Amino acid sequence: MNGGLQAVGLGPYLTVGAILLVLGVFGIFLNRKNIIIIMMSIELILLAANLNLVAFSAALGDLSGQVFTLFSLTVAAAEAAIGLAIVTVYFRNRGSIQVEDVTMMKG
Amino acid sequence: MITQLAFYLFATVLVLSGAMVVSARNPVHAVLFLILGFFNAAGLFLIAGAEFLAMILVIVYVGAVAVLFLFVVMMLDVNFNQLREGLQRYAPVGGAVGVALLAELVFTVGRLKLVPAARPLPVGAGSGTVSNTEALGRLIYTDYILLFQACGLVLLVAMIGAIVLTLRDRPSARRQDVGMQHARVPADTLEMMELKVGASVDELGGYLRPHDGYGAVAAPSEPRKLRVSPEDEHLGA
Repeated sequence: MNGGLQAVGLGPYLTVGAILLVLGVFGIFLNRKNIIIIMMSIELILLAANLNLVAFSAALGDLSGQVFTLFSLTVAAAEAAIGLAIVTVYFRNRGSIQVEDVTMMKG
Repeated sequence: MITQLAFYLFATVLVLSGAMVVSARNPVHAVLFLILGFFNAAGLFLIAGAEFLAMILVIVYVGAVAVLFLFVVMMLDVNFNQLREGLQRYAPVGGAVGVALLAELVFTVGRLKLVPAARPLPVGAGSGTVSNTEALGRLIYTDYILLFQACGLVLLVAMIGAIVLTLRDRPSARRQDVGMQHARVPADTLEMMELKVGASVDELGGYLRPHDGYGAVAAPSEPRKLRVSPEDEHLGA
């Protein structure tokens, strides 16, 4: 079942996950103004977490990691849908999606 | 050997497309690179033996989430060049944070050691004869049934929330009104007319009937005049 992972090893998987996570964090810093790119960076971070979960699940022969990945995929999909809906509504009301313009709730 | 080759191919393309997602100039390109990255992540899942999750990743992420991103990027008329201002200002800070994070992760992963003796009993490992999907299904529908139901609830709430957020009641939208349809009588919309030879539709009151009452919003009360464009005016005169 996890013959592929035994051929590759756990380390490369964790390395790819770490690089993806760092890329996502870097993307959030790099595109501070564009909320859509920030959401895509969050998707990258979640993908990195899922990759780690699957790798550990296969390495330990324990399927609960994959079950957890399934649930986190669900939550990520829900998050993307709600987030994009909020972005759409905000753009319709204010005509801009710049992160810095979102100051309506500032006291 | 072929497995390792496939792994490094998928991993390289995944990391490169991830880098392109955060650095692409055009957000549409960023979404397309995100889709490419998801496909390659599905390949990595396949190599790790998680076939069901790989297919879920392709169907849910590529088929739904990334296309949703694509729709939003194309629907919103945003000046993306303006959004890219200050990129050079943020790059050093982000780079510093990224390098620090990566160094910590490499340090941690490099010293990672799994302790086999301290491992709890594996869950759902199976006898090795059932497929990954079957084993996952056996686990989801037994031990994790409540969490599975909660997942469905999360998706339901997300669906309702997205619809409630984006639904707007436009006054110009024309919806079906069953009561009004049932209250219709032929006299409301049907009119028998004597047609004069050579009379145009506009002289007879236009196509729209009736002039008042039902559908008065949709049908303007005065007959529309035939519009003559300025360059054709001298022809008629």
